Amino acid sequence: MKEVNTQELQELLNSFANKDVFIHLETTNGSYAAHYDEKFFNAGAFIRNVKLRYELGKIVDDAPHRVGLKLEHGWVYAQGITHFKLDTEGRLLMAGLDYTGKLAVALEISETPFAY
Amino acid sequence: MTLQEERHVLVVYPHPDDEAFSVAGTVRMYRNMAVPVTYACLTLGEMGRNLGNPPFATRESLPDIRRQELVAACAAMGIEDLRMMGLRDKTIEFEDDEKMVKLVTNLIEELNPSVIYTFFPGFAVHPDHEATARAVIEAVRRMPKEARPRILAVAFANDTVEKIGEAPIVVDIRSVKDDKIKALQAHASQTAWMMAETEKRIDDGEVLSDSWLNVEKFYPFTFED
Ligand SMILES: [Zn+2]
Repeated sequence: MKEVNTQELQELLNSFANKDVFIHLETTNGSYAAHYDEKFFNAGAFIRNVKLRYELGKIVDDAPHRVGLKLEHGWVYAQGITHFKLDTEGRLLMAGLDYTGKLAVALEISETPFAY
Repeated sequence: MTLQEERHVLVVYPHPDDEAFSVAGTVRMYRNMAVPVTYACLTLGEMGRNLGNPPFATRESLPDIRRQELVAACAAMGIEDLRMMGLRDKTIEFEDDEKMVKLVTNLIEELNPSVIYTFFPGFAVHPDHEATARAVIEAVRRMPKEARPRILAVAFANDTVEKIGEAPIVVDIRSVKDDKIKALQAHASQTAWMMAETEKRIDDGEVLSDSWLNVEKFYPFTFED
């Protein structure tokens, strides 16, 4: 993955619009957050291989970035995106890596299902 | 304490690297005694957060990296029977409980272990650790009392000592410390930062007395009946 280039990522988001795609969306503080800091309120969410279709995908040029997908009946968005890659299987992988290199958020888009 | 002979040792943990932190030295000592050891690792740590910045992996490439690290760590520990059970990181507690018990029961029936190493339920911090421990304990509980393998469990929640006291079993692993370090280093995607820090402390002449490189601590899990 490399750091977000807004124009390049915008073109990739456009390329998946109006197609049936599989989504991986994840936010996390890690399962140990409340172990190291007992006052920490640990929350996160995870979906994988949910199929949807978006009519408009947009990256906002304000780093770390926000990426939003507008669906016929709703929305998907991720906040904190720093890196992206179109992998060898043609999947668009976006991630937000914090200052220590830990993943805090991921949004991935693929025309084929992700592994289990 | 010295380790006693075992018929077969079964290690059950959910994540590649749990075994390196918890039992690498103990396992290496068993292997040096020619005791057979099977490690059932339930997931490939697919949801590991450490991808680096700049990143060395993606969410999708991490499992392959961790599979290779796990194989290398097992080589350092001398584990020849590694079972990768194919579950997904952070989902074990949401699996069907009976399916999880069955997974452990099948391993016990096949291997007939005299002791099982896992986590201690209630004091294992990570939801996958807790779910793994619950499955192991339920599988053993259902066995006839005289047929049950012993369970030696790792506990590291912040309230462990307060609630269940100091670990009664302390294995001195100094003789295989280098192998434990190798096992930890093998999980580089998880431990590189920590290992660099540790090496620095050793270089700085800090003595890591009674540390996790010298001893491994276990709580026997006992049943009411
Ligand atoms: Zn773990």
